[in-house]
Amino acid sequence: MQKKISTLPFKGTPEQAQRLQQVIDANKSDPSKLMGVMQEAQGIYGYLPMEVQQMIADGMGVPLEKVYGVATFYAQFALSPKGVYNVSVCLGTACYVKGSGDLFNKLSETLGIGADECTEDGKFSLTACRCIGACGLAPVLTVNDDVYGRLTVDDIPGILAKYND
Amino acid sequence: MYRSHVLVCGGTGCTSSNSQKIIEALEREIAANDLTEEVKVVKTGCFGLCALGPIMIVYPEGCFYSRVQEEDIPEIVSEHLLKGRIVTRLLYDETVGKDEIKALNETDFYKKQVRVALRNCGVINPESLDEYIAMDGYQALAKCLTEYTPEQVIQVITDSGLRGRGGGGFPTGRKWALCAPNKAPQKYVVCNADEGDPGAFMDRSVLEGDPHCLVEAMAIAGYAIGATKGFVYVRAEYPIAVKRLQIAIDEAREAGLLGKDIFGSGFDFDMEIRLGAGAFVCGEETALMTSIEGNRGEPRPRPPYPAVKGLFGCPTVENNVETFANIPQIILKGAEWFASMGTEKSKGTKVFALGGKIKHTGLVEIPMGTTLREIVEEIGGGIPNGKKFKAAQTGGPSGGCIPASLIDTQIDYDNLIAMGCMMGSGGLIVMDEDTCMVDIAKFFLEFTVDESCGKCTPCRVGTKRLLEKLDKITKGNGTLEDIDELEALCHYIKENSLCGLGQTAPNPVLSTLKFFRDEYVAHVVDKKCPAGVCKSLLHYEIVADKCKGCTACARVCPVGAISGTVKNPHSIDVNACIKCGACMEKCRFGAIVKK
Repeated sequence: MQKKISTLPFKGTPEQAQRLQQVIDANKSDPSKLMGVMQEAQGIYGYLPMEVQQMIADGMGVPLEKVYGVATFYAQFALSPKGVYNVSVCLGTACYVKGSGDLFNKLSETLGIGADECTEDGKFSLTACRCIGACGLAPVLTVNDDVYGRLTVDDIPGILAKYND
Repeated sequence: MYRSHVLVCGGTGCTSSNSQKIIEALEREIAANDLTEEVKVVKTGCFGLCALGPIMIVYPEGCFYSRVQEEDIPEIVSEHLLKGRIVTRLLYDETVGKDEIKALNETDFYKKQVRVALRNCGVINPESLDEYIAMDGYQALAKCLTEYTPEQVIQVITDSGLRGRGGGGFPTGRKWALCAPNKAPQKYVVCNADEGDPGAFMDRSVLEGDPHCLVEAMAIAGYAIGATKGFVYVRAEYPIAVKRLQIAIDEAREAGLLGKDIFGSGFDFDMEIRLGAGAFVCGEETALMTSIEGNRGEPRPRPPYPAVKGLFGCPTVENNVETFANIPQIILKGAEWFASMGTEKSKGTKVFALGGKIKHTGLVEIPMGTTLREIVEEIGGGIPNGKKFKAAQTGGPSGGCIPASLIDTQIDYDNLIAMGCMMGSGGLIVMDEDTCMVDIAKFFLEFTVDESCGKCTPCRVGTKRLLEKLDKITKGNGTLEDIDELEALCHYIKENSLCGLGQTAPNPVLSTLKFFRDEYVAHVVDKKCPAGVCKSLLHYEIVADKCKGCTACARVCPVGAISGTVKNPHSIDVNACIKCGACMEKCRFGAIVKK
């Protein structure tokens, strides 16, 4: 499965960098701890952007391609951040014929992001999902655990506004 | 001394159904009723009956309360704990007899179980070394270090007939004996706790319910093969297990049960947890070692075998959690005791995770050789909703199906292999007549295709082609030649893949082809799915006699495929219908049928 690589500018803070450095310092004597360091780095940053992978590679004394190789092998590592609110649009058949594709495009346009991307403020991310079994409510989208059904494109601004304060 | 003990399950299943809240409410109510000195609340590991969670047992009466809600707590405390009146309405219904309350181990679910690996799960507080020691904990390690030579330890394990519980069933004693004589400055013991089969969770239960047992067993293995260091590779998806195991390791180290010169014997052993990161292939032993070393978890060709060149190039023994969980008991009670259970070539007990279309889902530990009928009908309580048993799937994506005609087969390693199945880690999924076997094979192949690591071509490309063929068949576009090609490709993948994942990936297809070939044929020749699962091959119809013309279906249809006027029978346009089933759910008259 190919992973989506974020194109958002990296916005790490010095505090985060310092925390990562502490993790690296505690583990760099043992190259087998690479995965553990990457797991902690993901805990600090929420995902593993190229900049963080480079910091890990430099700190642990291994090539960047090794870090990248491990990051892409395991399902747990994310190369793209998830927003505080993850909007997931059902693109199953029932929803699709009822216009969920339009919902998706409207969201993408409003938020300015594509599939598996995250807004710059880290608030929203957008994903397309398979049928969630609520065909009677089609078209359906979810925001984290909240389900919205029988939607039209005009409902989108109202839904986003609920999470936008 | 407490007069009552209240055991509440703190396993993952019950924690998800909010057992933590129950514990807090209990402690609050107990304090409010001034019973803190008399009643003790213990958070334990899994009891096994996860479907009835959150679960609570009150001793000394042994009352088994199921599906307890926070609102029930004041009643339990004021009635039962204060006045001694059992709250019958909350008891697990199978424990309520005519005039008396049955003990839990007399109920159908527990009656046939023999708990060895799970003996402490749901009995002790897993975060307390003292409680483990009270259950003879660390006595086996002491016995090994003070009375046995390493060779004698291996002999006991060999004589017991214990075989690897992780899947393959390799004799554990032989594995240790192969590693022990290899001289090296460093050797390792590795525990495989990367339980990845969908539906199997026995290793998690042991880690959550009895973590010290694993620590003790790994130290024994270290002594037997001459290793001083152990690694436990646990899935990161098991946070409770990781936390409790870490507590156990720290406690053991503090008490001198790990570290230098254990029991003054001169034997050193210490261990460390490594977290997996979500890759199924890491359950394969060489891939797991590659992952611990900090690499992409790809398997390595064998030989050299891990006993010679394993973790970090050193001689290594790797066993799974359930295998280790048997070790201390075998040392304490002897090889003969263990070998007295089970069948000729499969000794002891096995833990199964019962799931699927069965009444009692959960964890059961039974002697090897128990028949599938006993598991499904007696322990599992049969199939719900009056449906018929069709097959049981064992071994997850590496295993196969046992059809209803073989329900009296004794379950052990060799009988399963003979049927084209596999013990695997012990997932046992029950299927009823509504399950399509081609669809099941496809489900497992989707999993394997996702999880194939890509290192070798037969697995990477072969499984993809298998999935495409299955997809073609379930869509109604298959031919009889496809079935033959499917079979040939399965054998090719089995023979040529590098590791266990690829070598066993075709099993779900081969075993369903063996026992349910007629279903494959029905899909390609008659273009029908006998179980009514494969969407492309079925259609919805309205039975005119039963339709009252209420229009409910037409209103719920997402694509407007249903037409008709009020009070007149409606009809479905099969070309527009997307087969979502919303109309059938909505119809109150049973007028809509799936064909």
